[in-house]
Amino acid sequence: MRYFTVYNNQTVNIKDIPVLKYQEFLDENVQLVQNHSERHCVNFFGVREQEQVKLYCCIADDLSHEIYVNASLIDLGGKLSSLTFHNHNFEKFEREITENFGIEYADHPWLKPMRYAHNRANKQQQIANYPFYGADSEELHEVGVGPIHAGIIEPGHFRFICNGEQILHLEIQLGYQHRGIEALFLQKEKLLQRATLAENIAGDTTVGHTTAFSNLWESLCGMETHKSLHFSRTLALELERIAIHTGDLAAIAGDIAYQLGNSVYGRLRTPIVNFFQEWGGNRLAKGIIRPGKINYPFSKELGQSLMDIFRAYEPDFNEMTEQFLQLPGVLARLERTGVVSYAQVLEIGTVGMAARMSGLERDIRKSHPFNLYQNTIQHKPILKQQGDVFSRTQIRKDEIEQSISYCKQLLENIPHFNKPENIEFVPEKEKFTLSLVEGWRGEICHCAITDENGKLKAYKIKDPSHHNWMALAQAVRNNEISDFPVCNKSFNLSYCGHDL
Amino acid sequence: MLSFSIIITVSIFFMGIVVRTKSLASGRKGPGVMQPIKDIIRLLRKGAVFSTTTSYIFRIAPSIYLASILMAILMLPHGNLPGFISFGGDFVMFAYILGMGKFMMIIASLDTGSSFEGMGASREALFSMLIEPAFFIVMGSLALFTGHTSFYDIFSTLHFGSHISYLIGTLAAFVLVFVAMIENSRMPVDDPKTHLELTMIHEVMVLDNSGFDLGMILYATPLKFVMYGTLIANFFIGELPLQWSIPVFFIIQFVFAVTIGIIESFSARFRMSHNPQFIFILTSVSLLIFFGVLLVLGKFI
Repeated sequence: MRYFTVYNNQTVNIKDIPVLKYQEFLDENVQLVQNHSERHCVNFFGVREQEQVKLYCCIADDLSHEIYVNASLIDLGGKLSSLTFHNHNFEKFEREITENFGIEYADHPWLKPMRYAHNRANKQQQIANYPFYGADSEELHEVGVGPIHAGIIEPGHFRFICNGEQILHLEIQLGYQHRGIEALFLQKEKLLQRATLAENIAGDTTVGHTTAFSNLWESLCGMETHKSLHFSRTLALELERIAIHTGDLAAIAGDIAYQLGNSVYGRLRTPIVNFFQEWGGNRLAKGIIRPGKINYPFSKELGQSLMDIFRAYEPDFNEMTEQFLQLPGVLARLERTGVVSYAQVLEIGTVGMAARMSGLERDIRKSHPFNLYQNTIQHKPILKQQGDVFSRTQIRKDEIEQSISYCKQLLENIPHFNKPENIEFVPEKEKFTLSLVEGWRGEICHCAITDENGKLKAYKIKDPSHHNWMALAQAVRNNEISDFPVCNKSFNLSYCGHDL
Repeated sequence: MLSFSIIITVSIFFMGIVVRTKSLASGRKGPGVMQPIKDIIRLLRKGAVFSTTTSYIFRIAPSIYLASILMAILMLPHGNLPGFISFGGDFVMFAYILGMGKFMMIIASLDTGSSFEGMGASREALFSMLIEPAFFIVMGSLALFTGHTSFYDIFSTLHFGSHISYLIGTLAAFVLVFVAMIENSRMPVDDPKTHLELTMIHEVMVLDNSGFDLGMILYATPLKFVMYGTLIANFFIGELPLQWSIPVFFIIQFVFAVTIGIIESFSARFRMSHNPQFIFILTSVSLLIFFGVLLVLGKFI
């Protein structure tokens, strides 16, 4: 057996995962992904085992709902041949493995530092001497943007190589934040500390990451998840999607200087985030999702108030959207801007919206259902074909409408909420759990491995931005440099989700 | 001097009205009408910081820029009162005095050595160059129509012939509104509100300016708007006596400011590569004026 099949949120014995020789491991995983558009690599990481490193590779199959996991033990030092050479799905993962463990790859085409973690293997690698791709040319010029953002968001450096106004190449260099989230997960042993950490992986995907952590933790500790928890997580995920998508529509309108759209969508986002405040006391939904319990029961009154919010939201949203997506000036800016083809998204292995925009159906809600998906909610992913800014805008609009209908469907049947009580969580020994969640941005993957004492040995997080940044770099090629902001906003990727 | 002083008066409120219109159009209350000018006064009381890579060009450019606009304003008449400077062919000098101020700003932004500012400078230079024919065709047609070549003579004799001059004036006003928008790098060619350097034209050129210099540059915007607004107003003031012409002047400036606010509220910015096409449309509208004048004068069969 060359791989072990698991399902989303299933806990398995580490011993069941086959350990292959590296060459076999490489061949097998490349073969699994190559020419299979329904499969992609959801996580690929190393765990230190004494003097060796154990690589785990998890490949999800969207049609069979399975996840194929296998492993390989390799020695430190020495050069390996890379999986990326055969398929670019593995590009970022292998860069991360090189950075963390100093494993060299002989034929990796783009082996650059990734996030400059404090515990990286090679301390000589400094962010100041990042090896940028350069064009030694009289005609071309380079434009560097960042790392200080012109607005108020996070640090990241963008290096453009341009021919006049046209972008030929964009290199995105992240890694300014050094937060060490994965290391903190192992150090902080209290459940509340870990849940809080999960909330702060990416501030705009609080619900997504906390749900992934909570689902994983309950599975790892062999606990049955109560129906009310499934309900609140699903509802919060959809509400988060509505809120962020609406905010993104406002920002896209802002980037093309369409003032009306900017202010109307901006205003519409507020009641949704305020509902989180009403429910759990925090506009970003912090504190609502916790493993094994919920401190803020969802009552009938809250359901009523949410229905009222939707009743006020929908007419304004529909009217604005009708205007926005039909205005010639808007269409002229959005259509055929920042195109990423189907072949490109497949090669990069993008997830979430960044895959669905080009006709690649990747949606964890359908392919690897969790919580109430495919149970109460029969999810149909929204697909667009063009892969341009307009497709990403349309997906947002359609997903908002879809999410509202899901929320209404959930509200029809509010389960009974138990009083929150602190349950003793004891993770099982020598286990492996993988949890996939479709956040608003795309697939979130958390993996946990416990040691022989039942302590966390590794906790691996993969935010959707991990792959999707590369899609942005491809999208802006041959576009005008003045269209970069709107391309960037249409992806709305996370810096901190990348700089874990 | 009357013309100069009312232009300065209007320039104090002008941006406030634009900003207020935009706020009201998007359902917000918005700042007071005096807020933009208060911001400029605050900047004027501050000292400037200069980057060490810049030379004296960078330091003198904002003053020359503002001075060039003030000088251009001194040439503008008010109805049948001539401007402070008035001679045959003064509209040519008007255009190139403005061009000189812009040239100084462009080389000053190149002086900073920043890749952003060079980009902004190249865009500004391109769009100003493209808009030049539109202005000259409009003014040249009017000169042909009236047989005079100074602002004062053109505007004071414009309406002696027939009422067709009002039609020409309206078309010319349309062209001048957009000339003003492009000269000031406003919508739909540029978005003055954006924080994104890569999409900017004018704002990115002045990223390195601060304090007093920035105050001068910002004050140039309302002055330029009111300057073009004055040209538009002059098409309609003609021979009106002062007690009528001054209120008409203020009303036209107010309508002009509201128009700018509305254009900026309900349209999206053009893609950068579509801007030249848009500017050529203005040139063709001004050619329409030219042919109209030829028809009226009977020189065109």
